[in-house]
Amino acid sequence: MPGLIQSIERAAAVIRLLAAGSGWLRASEIGASLGLAKATTHGILRTLRHVGFVQQDPATGRYQLAAAVLAPGTRPLDRNELRSRVINWADPLAARSGEAVRVGALLDGQVLVVHHVFRPDDTPQQLETGALLPAHATALGKVLLAHDALSARDAGAGPLTAYTRRTVTKGAALRRTLAEVRTQGWAAEVEESVAGQAGVAAPIRTYGGLVVGAIGVSGPTDRICDSAGRPRAALVALVREIARAVSRDLAKVGS
Amino acid sequence: MTERYVVAVDQGTTSTRCIVFDRQGRLVSVVQREHHQSYPRPGRVEHDAAEIWRNVRRLAPQALAEAGITAGQVAALGITNQRETTVLWDRHTGVPVGPAIVWQDTRTAAMVTGLAGEPGAAAVQERCGLPLAGYFSAPRIRWMLDETPGLRERAERGEVLFGTMETWLIWNLTGGLHVTDVTNASRTMLLDVRTLRWSAEACDFFGVPMAMLPEVRPSVGVLGTATTALPGVRIGAALGDQQAALFGQTCFSPGEAKCTYGTGGFLLLNTGTEPVRSGHGLLTTVAYQLAGEPATYALEGSIAVTGSLVQWFRDGLGLIGSAAEIETLARTVDDNGGCYIVPAFAGLFAPHWRSDARGVIAGLTSYVTKGHLARAVLEATGWQTREVVDAMNADSGLALRALNVDGGMTSNNLLMQFIADVLDVPVVRPMVAETVSLGAAYAAGLAVGYWPDLAGLRRNWHRAAQWAPAMDPARRAAEHENWQAAVERTLGWIRTPAVR
Ligand SMILES: Nc1ncnc2c1ncn2[C@@H]1O[C@H](COP(=O)(O)OP(=O)(O)OP(=O)(O)O)[C@@H](O)[C@H]1O
Repeated sequence: MPGLIQSIERAAAVIRLLAAGSGWLRASEIGASLGLAKATTHGILRTLRHVGFVQQDPATGRYQLAAAVLAPGTRPLDRNELRSRVINWADPLAARSGEAVRVGALLDGQVLVVHHVFRPDDTPQQLETGALLPAHATALGKVLLAHDALSARDAGAGPLTAYTRRTVTKGAALRRTLAEVRTQGWAAEVEESVAGQAGVAAPIRTYGGLVVGAIGVSGPTDRICDSAGRPRAALVALVREIARAVSRDLAKVGS
Repeated sequence: MTERYVVAVDQGTTSTRCIVFDRQGRLVSVVQREHHQSYPRPGRVEHDAAEIWRNVRRLAPQALAEAGITAGQVAALGITNQRETTVLWDRHTGVPVGPAIVWQDTRTAAMVTGLAGEPGAAAVQERCGLPLAGYFSAPRIRWMLDETPGLRERAERGEVLFGTMETWLIWNLTGGLHVTDVTNASRTMLLDVRTLRWSAEACDFFGVPMAMLPEVRPSVGVLGTATTALPGVRIGAALGDQQAALFGQTCFSPGEAKCTYGTGGFLLLNTGTEPVRSGHGLLTTVAYQLAGEPATYALEGSIAVTGSLVQWFRDGLGLIGSAAEIETLARTVDDNGGCYIVPAFAGLFAPHWRSDARGVIAGLTSYVTKGHLARAVLEATGWQTREVVDAMNADSGLALRALNVDGGMTSNNLLMQFIADVLDVPVVRPMVAETVSLGAAYAAGLAVGYWPDLAGLRRNWHRAAQWAPAMDPARRAAEHENWQAAVERTLGWIRTPAVR
């Protein structure tokens, strides 16, 4: 049986200590009170700051528990922050794939379009930022459901609306698909939300593998899929490459 | 056939970037290096020109290595730069005679106030199309010549050379070619904006010996060939940064405009081949000139405080953790709750030009929350844009049909929609965010025939997003009136003109 992990215990102790008081504490005070070496204390505090659990006062350098971090309903990454972090990756994805790009996040079981880049052909297109898409019928939604533990477990518990003939409407089938998405690391939709349209999406992760969004391309089925009706391998590779690049950026220390 | 590329060097205020672009105008590699900012006294900002050149020499080969290409595959190099920053150096040794004085530096303010009272001041402003201000290069040259013993004599003998950053870099890249381009020259206050030659009258007025000035060249056309950093590569273009952004946004027709939203906002409107005089305090500037063709002009209106107001909201008030979170906070409410923020932190600039103004938060009631304040912060950028656009429309007789945007604030969806709403024209974001470097690359590629013509460049341009105006006209008018009433309240706050 694996043992307990000491560094997590220590981090929990730091959180307990900060939660007990209401003032700002120095790193040296925290270290002294827990009997931790200076380097260890600093490492733990830097990590907790990186994941947003503690705040540091820029003027004094002292620490405090981040407000409301552990309250239910808080998000690891603000949606507008997600857009500003992803914008310089979404443009090259659209330019290189020649397709429209959307970035989504879960909102009450649906996909909120956080960012939208037009298909680069200068035809008239409507900006869909802020729109909601059905989660079970879209590639973005499947990625998001698959990586949200509660959603993945409960997927298909309620009725699933059919948008086309191809929409997955059976709970068991949807849960099977989500398991596949988790193993292969990407999701597809082929005429499941809109007839004649297909899409591919991959997860955007931050520290510790936490999924904070999904990025994907969509367009006419004959452009997204090969003659066998499967998403083109090169396109899948491109979407995954960009998703990984965004994730690396998000997980960087000091970001 | 091996693929060929174009390289841009963007010599900015805080860093220098070197970017490789392909034929579709897509980014292939980017490398960047910051340089030291020196603040020797309040109001003074200096750069070490030698350090900046060292950075360019290091970055250029690095950018090629990252792209996996050789100098032989580079069709041309384009240079774009922070404007108005002034450097003087010794013609024989190539060593700067002192630190470069940066565009943000205000040391020449008192001198400029003195110059304003001298005969000829009005004529010089008329000739160069700019208001007399410490912001431009000529007063800085004058300051260095006045303050450094013996420098004026050496400059008169032709031993000391002046340049803005592109001139300094081209001198070093080519091993001694002393040239500038019309866009950078048009920001010195020494260029006759109609003839595009140095004005003897302006040089005389500022006491700048003409022997130290570089040769003025078109922006687009081979300026020389590099012997260091990118040996053998032709330098196809040089453009000031905001002009490069206009070029990168492919605003090639009169009436097309772009606004770059960063720390401040810079709006440039293409006015065609005739310089337009502003009756509203906008600057008349050269947009670009293709070799062998007449110059294209622009009206420029800058907004001092845009992104920096968001920074103040974050760092000064601590109401948000990151700039992007202002949108989340703003969306917690449906409107501004009657509250308006006019960020006249250092007075009002174009089109008001009131140094006695200071910022206000108007319309405060107990109803107003931080969400309303967040809205008011974003709306301030929208209304300030509207003021500049109104002035441009009035000056140019062209009605703006769409606004092309770039810069960090374009990731704010609420703001972009609001700008479309208050201007009542579509706001358009292009697919390449790096419009400054792209503009320099386009210009350089055009000069050597890598791209055939302006129409070819336009075909590379793609729309990434567009916001359509959706505000009810009656509401727009009422809100505009409220904003104007708030602006009124900033005036006259500084009762004795500040001694600077
Ligand atoms: N999502 C956002 N909403 C509002 N303001 C933003 C947002 N993202 C960035 N900003 C503001 O934009 C500015 C940064 O933009 P950008 O990086 O283009 O500016 P810059 O520093 O002037 O650019 P450069 O250094 O390249 O000249 C900051 O002032 C920041 O407050």
